[in-house]
Amino acid sequence: MAMLKTFKLGGVHPPENKLSAGRAIEVLPLPEQAFIPLNQNLGAPGVPLVQKGEQVKTGQLIAKGEAFISSNVHSSVSGKVLKIDDLMDPSGYRRPSVVIQVEGDEWVPSIDRSETLVRNISLSQKEIIEKIHEMGIVGLGGATFPSHVKLMVPAGKKAEVLIINGVECEPYLTADHRLMLEKGAEILVGTSILMKGLGVERAIIGIENNKPDAISNMSELSKSFQGITIVPLRVKYPQGGEKQLIKAVTGREVPSGKLPIEVGAVVNNVGTAFAVYEAVQKNKPLFERVVTITGKSLKEPGNYLVRTGTPISMLIEKAGGLPDDTGKIIGGGPMMGKALLSTEIPVVKGSSGILILRKNESKRVPVIHCIRCARCVSACPMGLEPLLLAQYAQQEMWDDCERERVMDCIECGSCHYTCPSGRPLLDYIRLGKFRVGQIIRNRGKN
Amino acid sequence: MNEVMLYSLISLGAIGIVAAIILYLVARRFRVVEDPRIDEVEEALPAANCGGCGYPGCRNFAEATVKSATDNKHIEGLNCPVGGNEVMAKVAALLGLTVEESKPMIAVVRCNGSRENSPPKLSYDGPATCAFAHNLYSGEGGCPYGCLGLGDCVAACSFDAIHMDPGTGLPVVNDKCVACGACVKACPRNIIELRYKGPKDRRIFVSCVNREKGGVARKNCVVACIGCGKCEKECKFDAITITNNLAYIDYKKCTLCRKCAPVCPTGAILELNFPPKKEKTAEAAGKAEVRNREENPGKPENKE
Repeated sequence: MAMLKTFKLGGVHPPENKLSAGRAIEVLPLPEQAFIPLNQNLGAPGVPLVQKGEQVKTGQLIAKGEAFISSNVHSSVSGKVLKIDDLMDPSGYRRPSVVIQVEGDEWVPSIDRSETLVRNISLSQKEIIEKIHEMGIVGLGGATFPSHVKLMVPAGKKAEVLIINGVECEPYLTADHRLMLEKGAEILVGTSILMKGLGVERAIIGIENNKPDAISNMSELSKSFQGITIVPLRVKYPQGGEKQLIKAVTGREVPSGKLPIEVGAVVNNVGTAFAVYEAVQKNKPLFERVVTITGKSLKEPGNYLVRTGTPISMLIEKAGGLPDDTGKIIGGGPMMGKALLSTEIPVVKGSSGILILRKNESKRVPVIHCIRCARCVSACPMGLEPLLLAQYAQQEMWDDCERERVMDCIECGSCHYTCPSGRPLLDYIRLGKFRVGQIIRNRGKN
Repeated sequence: MNEVMLYSLISLGAIGIVAAIILYLVARRFRVVEDPRIDEVEEALPAANCGGCGYPGCRNFAEATVKSATDNKHIEGLNCPVGGNEVMAKVAALLGLTVEESKPMIAVVRCNGSRENSPPKLSYDGPATCAFAHNLYSGEGGCPYGCLGLGDCVAACSFDAIHMDPGTGLPVVNDKCVACGACVKACPRNIIELRYKGPKDRRIFVSCVNREKGGVARKNCVVACIGCGKCEKECKFDAITITNNLAYIDYKKCTLCRKCAPVCPTGAILELNFPPKKEKTAEAAGKAEVRNREENPGKPENKE
């Protein structure tokens, strides 16, 4: 048997802990109040269209993304707008949000709520991109980059292949896995729509081989779809990183500082493909997504279809309540996720999972000196030298940070994970990225 | 004498003379004409190279001063905060000019969110750098504008003038401060401001930079400015302005009349180093004073 494909440089193998992989997706009941942040995407926040006291329906547009990189926000519930106020979102800061008092569940009539699979793609390439923009679709892998922008290939570049990311390399998370098992056909139609929108003939769905059931299900279903191949991949973190996935499935390397389109590839998540299916074929805006709620101490880890704006406390309640030994609540997976400040933080388009870490799991180990073992260097999937970058950032040597390609860091945390001295490498690299990013932007202005 | 020695002496000597002539001519040709006063001014400066004047070092400041003196016949706008009036007078004398006395400045920490006033609800175990924590979350006390207490300002200070108070978790400025502004730049939340040192170190300022609505701000910190505007009405000198739910006292207009502090319902306005008021006016005044004293146990001279 031939070796399965994977990316070459670096990578780590954290324990998988996919506790909720066997749990089918359930629908979470509606919250009493939905807190919908206006900025649920990378880029500029949306401009609110509703006013206090207004009645809204499920799926109604409540904020319009007017900048180029921004996206529309739709109401996830029906009811009355209580207020538009600054509320805590997963970033840890208070940002403008719309609070809606839920009354019933009346959907916008144009949404097709039937379960039947619609395979025939009637829209043209341009209409598909417009539809995706209108329905507020963003990348559901976590970065929430507006999807319509991804489909608009810049002049002079040519897209050759669409890669669908079904890797889900983050430990614990199983939302994409379940989606591939339960909504495989829809994902494949979504993939075909994305292919048409992008104007490519070929699509590859990469799935790590720790999900054999998903691989066999998708392979079976993909036989009736033109141009879509399923590629099983060897398990290695961070294979779900855009550049790593391209390297793994096509063997092409995205040059430093460039976008994937440089090598003719566009990457989208399976969740995004499903959302695109619903938007284009069923006219349904992006206002709900599958979220994994998991953790070793939780009574019932599971996967739920959650409306955006639902406070995570409802999810935790559904999974058996917050355990006594809770140390941290993480939004996302254990490698790249971020600790959340409160249980009242709402689920947003980018929330792939809620992870409850136990006290002993969430402790940072004492930091000791760097012993120059270079484990971080061999773990870095981007071929950087994390120990150097972290020290440059600590010493505020921003020029050196830039020269050592700090902006290439994908913040996967592999360096931090392997460090035997427990050094907070990624923390400092992030600081370096932030500062160098500022410097580069200011340079453009002068 | 050995012939070899003789020849080498003559040839080397000749080379030496020719080289000396060339060097002399080159030195004449490419001579850098520098005002000798630059050296004199530099000599008078404190040589701290702190950058507080806006120039990278004392030499650059000296050059700028001399240039301004030759071109504009004045040195207004150039000030060495470390040396203060004494040094600037000396510099002006060297250049044959006079300089207006400027009021000495000091760094002021505009946050009173101590552990008591803004109890920690979260705990942060990442690297102890404000710049990093600021990118990550709103802070242990929950105030997205308040002091993170991780000491970037302390690290930035080259004069040993700012330290963290382990009790309150806030930085305290002592009288070594020369107002170079390094801490102002280091603070990711723009909490530290340079203000007039004031007569006998007496200062009044709003010790809060929170721009949230009153109720939201008060939820995280009992001494937050709620932007109620009482102080603005009380002030007869137009020194207080309210923008974005936050009062700001203009130190250039403030006359230290002390009318504003007693009317502040939250005690966000701090009066430093004033003798205690005899009359018992508003309760808030009492509160502010108590807080003032509590924060500087045994060192009434230097809250800030």
